[in-house]
Amino acid sequence: MKNRHLYILAAVLFLIGIGGFLYKAFVKDLPILPEQIVKVWNVELQVTFEGTGKPAKVHLFAAGNTRRFTVIDQSFIAGGYGMLSSLKGGNRQVTLSTRNATGKQAVFYRFTVHATEARDNNPTAPKPSIERPNWTGAKLAAAQAILADAHRKSSDPLTLAAEILQRFNANPLSDNAKVLLGKNRISGTKARVAAGILRLAGIGARAVHGIKLVERQRKVQTVHWLEVYVGQGWRSLLTESASPDIPDTYFPWWRGESPLVHLEGGDRRRTEIAINAGAEKALFAALSSGLSQDDGKGFRFSLLDLPLSTQHVYRILLTIPLGVLVLVFLRNIIGIRTFGTFMPVLIALAFRETQILWGVFLFSLVVAIGLGIRVYMERLKLLLVPRLAAVVIVIVLTMLSISIVSNLLNLPRGLSVSLFPMVILTMTVERMSVVWDERGGGEALKQGIGSLMVAAVCHLIMINPYGEHLFFIFPEVLLIVLAGVLLLGRYSGYRLLDLPRFKAILDRQAKARAAGPDRG
Amino acid sequence: MFVLARRLKEAGILGINGRNALYQLIYNERKNYPLVDDKVLSKQIAQKMGLAVPPLYGLIEDPHQVDGIDKIIAPYQDFVIKPAQGSGGDGILVVVGRGHGLYRLANGKLMDIDDIRFHLHNILSGIYSLGGQDDKALIEYRVKFDPVFETIAYQGVPDVRIIVFLGVPVMSMVRLPTRMSGGRANLHQGCIGAGVDMATGKTLSAVLKNAIIDEHPDTGAPVRGVQIPNWEKLLEIAAQSFEMTKLGYQGIDLVLDRERGPLMLELNARPGLNIQIANGEGLNHRLEKIKANIDKLKSLADRVTFARENFPPKI
Repeated sequence: MKNRHLYILAAVLFLIGIGGFLYKAFVKDLPILPEQIVKVWNVELQVTFEGTGKPAKVHLFAAGNTRRFTVIDQSFIAGGYGMLSSLKGGNRQVTLSTRNATGKQAVFYRFTVHATEARDNNPTAPKPSIERPNWTGAKLAAAQAILADAHRKSSDPLTLAAEILQRFNANPLSDNAKVLLGKNRISGTKARVAAGILRLAGIGARAVHGIKLVERQRKVQTVHWLEVYVGQGWRSLLTESASPDIPDTYFPWWRGESPLVHLEGGDRRRTEIAINAGAEKALFAALSSGLSQDDGKGFRFSLLDLPLSTQHVYRILLTIPLGVLVLVFLRNIIGIRTFGTFMPVLIALAFRETQILWGVFLFSLVVAIGLGIRVYMERLKLLLVPRLAAVVIVIVLTMLSISIVSNLLNLPRGLSVSLFPMVILTMTVERMSVVWDERGGGEALKQGIGSLMVAAVCHLIMINPYGEHLFFIFPEVLLIVLAGVLLLGRYSGYRLLDLPRFKAILDRQAKARAAGPDRG
Repeated sequence: MFVLARRLKEAGILGINGRNALYQLIYNERKNYPLVDDKVLSKQIAQKMGLAVPPLYGLIEDPHQVDGIDKIIAPYQDFVIKPAQGSGGDGILVVVGRGHGLYRLANGKLMDIDDIRFHLHNILSGIYSLGGQDDKALIEYRVKFDPVFETIAYQGVPDVRIIVFLGVPVMSMVRLPTRMSGGRANLHQGCIGAGVDMATGKTLSAVLKNAIIDEHPDTGAPVRGVQIPNWEKLLEIAAQSFEMTKLGYQGIDLVLDRERGPLMLELNARPGLNIQIANGEGLNHRLEKIKANIDKLKSLADRVTFARENFPPKI
């Protein structure tokens, strides 16, 4: 049977669609609903300096994904600079260089961070190679003294690190600590020196530098802490308290001895970090943690990797199948007659911008004017194609006038009339006038109103944010729609509007039965 | 709503989806459609089968031929212009008389030769054709209908529609133009549809829009019980149409000409469903009956006899 083939095909399509959907929704954790909002922080690093007319190089560290944070949307704004990116000591270092830096120079590095749920509380990491600090003389002696003292009072690398940090935070500082920290006794120095002492003892340790993610702040200070390699992974310790509880808002940016920004060939360098918190749709969470990261399973089939402008187009295009499904339903199950098979869906697309009431009003207005012109042109006896061309021009002019008039009247919605597909409008006018001539005005109006109604219903379903989101994030849902359309394709029952039409037959048969043996 | 749907189903009424999905798509092969969609081809194959059709006066296939229309129509007082691929009677121009450079149409309108040329250009550019593609225009003999219809047809030509399934005539109706329908034989536009007793060829009661009538609204003549002449011959032509087009489910439109007898006007691969309203009966039961018996129906005569014996009217 032909139908069994169809049912199997539809079932297969449905299963593939629903399978892909469930996989992405529950395994990849893609958001099913569009409302899921996550908090993001937009971070901007600004480096300004005076150029000396010579080549200049700005080295800075780029932020990367961490266990608790995901970095999205990184960008560098540095006109006239070339960019080179390299890995250095576990950091990604970006070098912006220019051959001739004259006058005030500014480069910007922007990125957006959002928090993700930490999947693994004690991640493992490969054993680091331990590089001893190149201290000599008094510094080396001081470091060894502190190490020996701390070692006596500790039992394992973590307590040893805590003991060392305690010595840097003591008041007053010991002479040994003063020698090591120098005059600049800030948190970052403490973390670097403590890491150095630990490495001296053969323990993997490094300083971590980051920022505290706050709502909104200019001139953000960096924060620093210490990481010690224990067992299979890195453990963190706050520099000041030696506490292992790093606040959730601490975002690690780079690690090691180097400062964030290093300038070659320029004067009066200023570095400023600004933070601005915002809310983004959870989509971005998907972009980073789920699909876009190549997790080795080759799962990269996603619209989210397309350029943004293309994504915008697909956001709208992907709602068309839904509109088409509705159209099939309204035409084949309900039985509404429309001009042109898919014209209502295209009109529905235009309604996105005009909004529905204005859309219906503007559409009726343009078509009415177009019909008037068409009737007038009938007398000129133009051939079909030039006549259509003339109607297109008149419709463009009509749309233009509506826009200008509504602008004068301060009705901004009227401007959106320009988004109507004018060729479709022209064909509608032509078809409507043929139907008008041949079948009468009633039928023409009936079909015109039918088209508008279908367009309105399609529109209301197509602008549904849930649908739009669903199709965009889960394009495989289209296979389910396809299965639905295929099944509707073999629907052989009555159309809703068939029913009243054919009811007359039942009435006649009843009447004939009542009349009895009247017929010969 | 569902109750109504069930009752309609029990009454064997065929809906649009049912016609398309169960008959048209299954019994009609796509490649055979041009034979019915293009009236020029229909005419040719009908003639090949020895069926009478309205004689063709001329064919206009190209815009440059439009100027030659004068020559084509010069010998005739009356004629019909129709698009080869029109549907539902759209674009048909019936000229009933001429004089003083003007042409009188069946609906009383007057046209000059420029109007006619314009109409031809419109036909050629395809505004009446199904898919909007370029079309041809036929200029042909205007049927002078049989006097039996004199009192029950207003302005236009009454025609007999017969639905044919696998070569067996299934159901028939006579369409009688009225003033309301502007002389057209289209039920939507207010022409009368009268069911036909398949056995005898006598008309049953008729419908006008949704009302049941026994008299023609314009002439007052009874529309019930009118004997269609040559009924057996009409059924034979209808049954033959299957061999002609190989379309399992189709409608054939026939007219009775005063001088030439039954003529085949056109074929339709998507015949309308209003015939059920005119007959007060659904198509399904009859179609099922044919499906069940089709193996036994070998010859043309078998099929015609089957149609006459098995489909008694319900009203």
